[in-house]
Amino acid sequence: MTPAFARSAPRLLQMATAWLLALVVIVPLAVMVATSFKTQRQIFDSGFSFFFMPTLDNYRNILEGRFLGYVGNSIIVGVVSTLATLVIGTMCAYALSRFRFAGRGTLAWSTLLLRTIPPAVLAVPIYFIWNRIGLDGLGGLIVVYVALNLPFTIWLLYGFIEQIPRELEESAAVDGCGPFRGFFVLILPLLKPGLAAAGIFTFRIAWNELVLSSILTNRTTRTLPYAVFLFIKDTGIDWGELMAAGVLIAIPPLIFTFMAARQIIAGLTSGAVKG
Amino acid sequence: MTSDQPGQSRLVPYFFALPAIAVMAIGLFYPVLETLRLSAYEVRLGEAPTSQAFRGLTIFAEVLSDPSVQASMLTTLKFAVIVVAIELVIGVGLALMLEGKIPGMSTLRTIFVLPMMIAPVCVGLIWRYMFDANAGPINSWLSFTGWQPAWLADADLALLAVCLTDIWQFTPFVFIMALAGLQGLDSSLVEAARVDGARLWQIIWYIKLPLLMPILMITLLMRLIDALRGLEVVYAMTNGGPGLATELFSLHIYKSAFVTQRMGHSAALSVCLLIVTTVLSAALLAVNNPMRRERA
Repeated sequence: MTPAFARSAPRLLQMATAWLLALVVIVPLAVMVATSFKTQRQIFDSGFSFFFMPTLDNYRNILEGRFLGYVGNSIIVGVVSTLATLVIGTMCAYALSRFRFAGRGTLAWSTLLLRTIPPAVLAVPIYFIWNRIGLDGLGGLIVVYVALNLPFTIWLLYGFIEQIPRELEESAAVDGCGPFRGFFVLILPLLKPGLAAAGIFTFRIAWNELVLSSILTNRTTRTLPYAVFLFIKDTGIDWGELMAAGVLIAIPPLIFTFMAARQIIAGLTSGAVKG
Repeated sequence: MTSDQPGQSRLVPYFFALPAIAVMAIGLFYPVLETLRLSAYEVRLGEAPTSQAFRGLTIFAEVLSDPSVQASMLTTLKFAVIVVAIELVIGVGLALMLEGKIPGMSTLRTIFVLPMMIAPVCVGLIWRYMFDANAGPINSWLSFTGWQPAWLADADLALLAVCLTDIWQFTPFVFIMALAGLQGLDSSLVEAARVDGARLWQIIWYIKLPLLMPILMITLLMRLIDALRGLEVVYAMTNGGPGLATELFSLHIYKSAFVTQRMGHSAALSVCLLIVTTVLSAALLAVNNPMRRERA
């Protein structure tokens, strides 16, 4: 064994392990994509294979029904709740970071505690309350998603605002810049990375969430996760169509992941890693 | 920018905080109170709580002695302990092994994030297909062994399949957290130990792991809370079956409200789950509270 090889062997082992793991992560996703292009016969006839004559039939079939309408609903819910969460959340994070006020501690604590509230726990009371106050359809869904996403967004953006030196606003205040101008003109533009991370996480929840969507929507206001879920039928599953629907719902999160992996990782590790 | 400013500026922080407070009050806080209230009544879906249906606290004794609830708790406990333990061991092990500059690391991290970003319902359906006894790829790949288990129809194998799915989805999270922790370590300590002749395992065991402890505690608590909150993957993958074999606690809460339509039962269990997640959440904040900052 030459010394050079002795030195590079652990490195090779590292690389091999890393890419093997990447393979483990990717194969199930590839299986979904492959199956979405298969005919029912190709799926059931022989063993699983990545090599076959692809067909677009599954996509054609699912897009024939109401599916496109559900895509539209999901886009509306995702975009509106993301924008609302970002605006409202940033404002609150700014208040928590830059001001001392009565109730600040309570607000900070309850925000942090409410962050982990299980959606299943919310489902029952929300169903009752929304019925009582007549909040239904997409609007009702949007309000829940904004509420559900606010704690994390506030948490994340608080960290980003804390990193902006106070002197920035203080020196602007000397020149007569008030807290509102200070927020919109000085702070917001500096928060772009934080807003990107928070926006991706918020959109992801609104786009992916199944439980609340299943109880708050009907045939016309349904969003994608529940529409996809309903492809499971007791009488048997059309795997091709199911996987095609799965691919369609996975596309936006996949695009975000490839575009903004750095922000996502910053969001995932936020609060745990300082600096 | 301090509160010492006179006059109207005292109201400024409330202007900024009020919209968030209002939305969280109606969307999170009020529903929690409503859950507490509903837990005292035995009502069905669509019924209003009436005085006849009032049960008070007896419902807690009732639900907690219900065999299906106990089964669900045991399943959840098994699930949470198994997945969190395995994810931590594999995730931290990999981070220690792959620490340092590896070509393509940013691509790898992007790939590792994918299972967490796609819809849980999607994850559930993918693995439902993977484990399908007839058409599924796993049995197809196992065919040379002659072992063709009916994964999702067997109680133990179904729970195993659900655990494997969670491990697939969230080990990357532990890995990313641990890697971030390792990158934040003071490298001079490791260097000093190396100069003093410490072996690799000694550096890992006596220096890196202790320094990683805070971040590992956070990761552990976050994973535990998530394991208790999650239901969508299992809902899509097994619907809790076969029987009650994979009916995690959250899923049981959801199904007892909207399938068997026992609202009071569901609300009482919600209160129990809320207590547990809130305690874990408070523990998380005790380890690391990003908003606790003493002001001079």
